[in-house]
Amino acid sequence: MAIEGSANMIGYGLAAIGPGVGIGLIFAAYINGVARQPEAQGRLQTIAILGFALAEALAIIGIALAFVL
Amino acid sequence: MSLTPTLVVTAEEFVPPGPGDFNLPPVGPHDTFPFLGQEMYLGVTKPMIQLVLAAVLIFVFFRAASAKRAMVPGKTQYVGELGYGFVRNSLGRDIIGSKDFMRFVPYLFALFFFILLNNFFGSIPFIQFPSFSRSGMVYSLALMSWIIYNYVGIRAQGGVLKYLKHQCVPQGVPVAILPLLIPLEFMSNILVRPVTLALRLFANMLAGHILLILFALGGEYLLVHGSLLVKPVGLLAWVLFIAISFLELLVQFLQAYVFTLLNAMYISGALSEEH
Repeated sequence: MAIEGSANMIGYGLAAIGPGVGIGLIFAAYINGVARQPEAQGRLQTIAILGFALAEALAIIGIALAFVL
Repeated sequence: MSLTPTLVVTAEEFVPPGPGDFNLPPVGPHDTFPFLGQEMYLGVTKPMIQLVLAAVLIFVFFRAASAKRAMVPGKTQYVGELGYGFVRNSLGRDIIGSKDFMRFVPYLFALFFFILLNNFFGSIPFIQFPSFSRSGMVYSLALMSWIIYNYVGIRAQGGVLKYLKHQCVPQGVPVAILPLLIPLEFMSNILVRPVTLALRLFANMLAGHILLILFALGGEYLLVHGSLLVKPVGLLAWVLFIAISFLELLVQFLQAYVFTLLNAMYISGALSEEH
């Protein structure tokens, strides 16, 4: 059986594991923080989304390279 | 003689969706011209019309919302004030700081709602094309934000060299490491920022919409061309399509928020006096 397609996509799938774990950790920490101190939610939310955006940038660079290379 | 099992009758091959599906031909009359060995269109395309439509819709809505300015707000005024307050407080005041955030609120406000509506165009029936899944549209936004935060920083720090020192030389670091850190900081703070800013929005809109096309087309293909046992999977794909559409709505909002948030962070970083 022959499988056709781009090996880049497998590479991207592997590369997306890192940001996936990272984003999971960020939101786990955010939920933890809000559970311990609910009144800090406003401040934590901004920081959590900023961290999410930065971790996501890795996945974005990955998908750009998967299409380009 | 072929040994291929004939379980799945393939009347026609399934063509997976790709970035090429977003390459819409221009609406109405147009010219073509060769550029770098490729055939380029010279005309008005759907995302261009959507950008103008979004600008007009936002202007009309907020004009109507702020026309009366009643003491007891009506529904339209209430929604307008809610949106304005959200951007001003959570994106402007909390991040840029209460001293000089008001200067940037008009920019952040326009940016947020422009991106939000353009992203929602990906899910609004009969339009269903996110404008920012075309990378050119996003690069111009990122270029604008790059110019703004650098200009603001140069003005605030009093000169190009002082601004570069502010952005590229971290405080409280041993001198020995500086030759390593300065190029890195320059790369990350000046060169890569607009690229990641643009690619984040663009890739999210593109990938999300490709996912939706894949589920819709795949479900249709399995229902029409699949064998009897495979057909229910097609229905399942369509159920998942609906679920992913809701996820997309969340992503569309989040990306508009993140884009504006990062703009505010960059401006605040360029303005700040000391790290």
